[in-house]
Amino acid sequence: MTSESENPSSERPPIALRAISLAGPGPELDVGDQALSKAGGAGQRVDRGKRLAAHLVLLIVCTMAILPFAWMVSTSLKTAEATTAYPPSLWPWPIQWHNYLDVFRNEKANFLLWTRNTLVIAVLAVTGTTLSSAIVAYGFARLRFRGRNVLFAIMLSTMMLPFPVTMVSLFALFRWLGDHTGMPWLGTFKPLWVPAWFGSAFNIFLLRQFFSTIPMQLSEAARIDGCSEFGIFWRIIVPLSKPALAVVALFAFIFVWNDFLGPLVYLQRPEQFTLVLGLQNFQSKAGGTSWHLLMAASVLVILPALLLFFLAQKTFIEGIATTGIKG
Amino acid sequence: MVRIHSEARAFLRGMAFLSPWLIGFFAFTLVPIALSLYYSFCDFTLLQPPLFKGLANYRYLANDPIFWKVIGNTAIYAVMALPFGLLTALGAAMLLNLKIGGQSIYRTIIFLPSLVPTAAAAMLWLWLFNAKLGLINVALHALGFVNPPGWLTDARWAMPALVLMSFWGIGNTVIIFLAGLQDVPRELYEAANIDGATTFDRIWHVTLPFISPVIFFNLIIGIIATLQIFAVPYIMTQGGPARSTYFYTMYLYDNAFSYLKMGCGNAMAWVQFLIVLVLTALAAWSSKRWVHYEGA
Repeated sequence: MTSESENPSSERPPIALRAISLAGPGPELDVGDQALSKAGGAGQRVDRGKRLAAHLVLLIVCTMAILPFAWMVSTSLKTAEATTAYPPSLWPWPIQWHNYLDVFRNEKANFLLWTRNTLVIAVLAVTGTTLSSAIVAYGFARLRFRGRNVLFAIMLSTMMLPFPVTMVSLFALFRWLGDHTGMPWLGTFKPLWVPAWFGSAFNIFLLRQFFSTIPMQLSEAARIDGCSEFGIFWRIIVPLSKPALAVVALFAFIFVWNDFLGPLVYLQRPEQFTLVLGLQNFQSKAGGTSWHLLMAASVLVILPALLLFFLAQKTFIEGIATTGIKG
Repeated sequence: MVRIHSEARAFLRGMAFLSPWLIGFFAFTLVPIALSLYYSFCDFTLLQPPLFKGLANYRYLANDPIFWKVIGNTAIYAVMALPFGLLTALGAAMLLNLKIGGQSIYRTIIFLPSLVPTAAAAMLWLWLFNAKLGLINVALHALGFVNPPGWLTDARWAMPALVLMSFWGIGNTVIIFLAGLQDVPRELYEAANIDGATTFDRIWHVTLPFISPVIFFNLIIGIIATLQIFAVPYIMTQGGPARSTYFYTMYLYDNAFSYLKMGCGNAMAWVQFLIVLVLTALAAWSSKRWVHYEGA
């Protein structure tokens, strides 16, 4: 039996700080059955049966989660003939690696340019939202002033606002801006990254929670040493908040990478498309879609998200568990 | 005097730090909301300046059979996908919370699908649901179903197909539930055990009450997300066949950007906003009966 070190005196850190790890049952993760296993002899056997049943169900669920991926990768390596053969096999034969090169050489698609577009928007938006959200969160978390709580409540309530409410009039607004300032917005990347520089409610909320956990004495000490408020933010709070800032940046990146409706509304010419928007060009409305190419392109679009996940697994899970948002 | 002075300074300092959000809130939220409300009372094609028409757009929508069709479709989808999705996610989270080997692998695998960009997931499932060559029908055929449904090409099966697909992406919800389950104090289970509680008792009387705020949270998030479902049906079915998968936000998008009826699109956006508000308020109100907050 595992020997749990029970330390009821140690306080649980607030959720924003706690790592909800995927990495197996840690000391905190065993809630369900550990009481049962303590019940001794008679409980032991029941435990084993339950354990087996749990494994069985989880294996089935995992198979169903993973099969679509397998089917996608398998199709992406097939020849055009093999994708239309009946019955199709799960194992691609012959394996055609150059499908992945063909995605880049396709005349209906400019995959390289779309990747560049997505990255340009992502870098601008991620930098902007992380920086501006941190500054605003500092105001909400570390400063006391009249009206703070009212403004915070207003900010939280904007998270409820469905995007369509502002989507159409923003389109009209961007059009108007282009007509009256001589600087076009529609058909440029601006609508997709400029708003990010003004903070986003989710990120501000997340960072505020984190900043609030940093002891106030640190700020007081710096103030006595003559540090300006911005100096405290920049030299004390930001360096201490790298994990939380990483969560925000990661989610902002995933959001931009995945966003479909925004680019669909605000981008107009194929040479401005982002990757997820461009995927549709591999689809043929008239039938006869080249499934092996479409699947290869899809694998390429999915890959960065998966890679980021495996590189920053803990950050990811913490962020989701804290905010409940999908990036 | 000094005190008033320092309070004013604190206020200005606060505003300085809040200024990015204040400016953005004004320019990208408040102004668009006000405009959107105004446009919803106008004839507005983008080509001419908006023309005030009172409630004409709302009246038009009330008599528009397609409007009611998309409301019905969205409601059906929500009723099919949300409760079962939450239940499945909760069940999965409970299994993933058991102290058994291999959990890290199970958790990772179940979470992976929710990382897939919506557009890519749509492409993948388009291929999985392919009536003849898709993995699903090939498998059904192999299992002895001679006439498997045509899924996305069949008006009766397109909606269930999208609901089925939605289960693939519940990894996020599972993780949120898992985080909630890990907050349940162990002592409660021990106490329940001493009282001779069965597994069912422990789930019903300890686990569920304790994580009810998490269930509530996931329910609200689910409602708001479902009302805005767009990319998946837009890519996979374009609302067909026979408008069987035509959803609210798709019709809104079409009104605004395909038919250039911006006024109508904005009216739809406001109706959607009101529905979200009412449903959320309803969920919050009903939650008083079943949501248990610690220490309350």
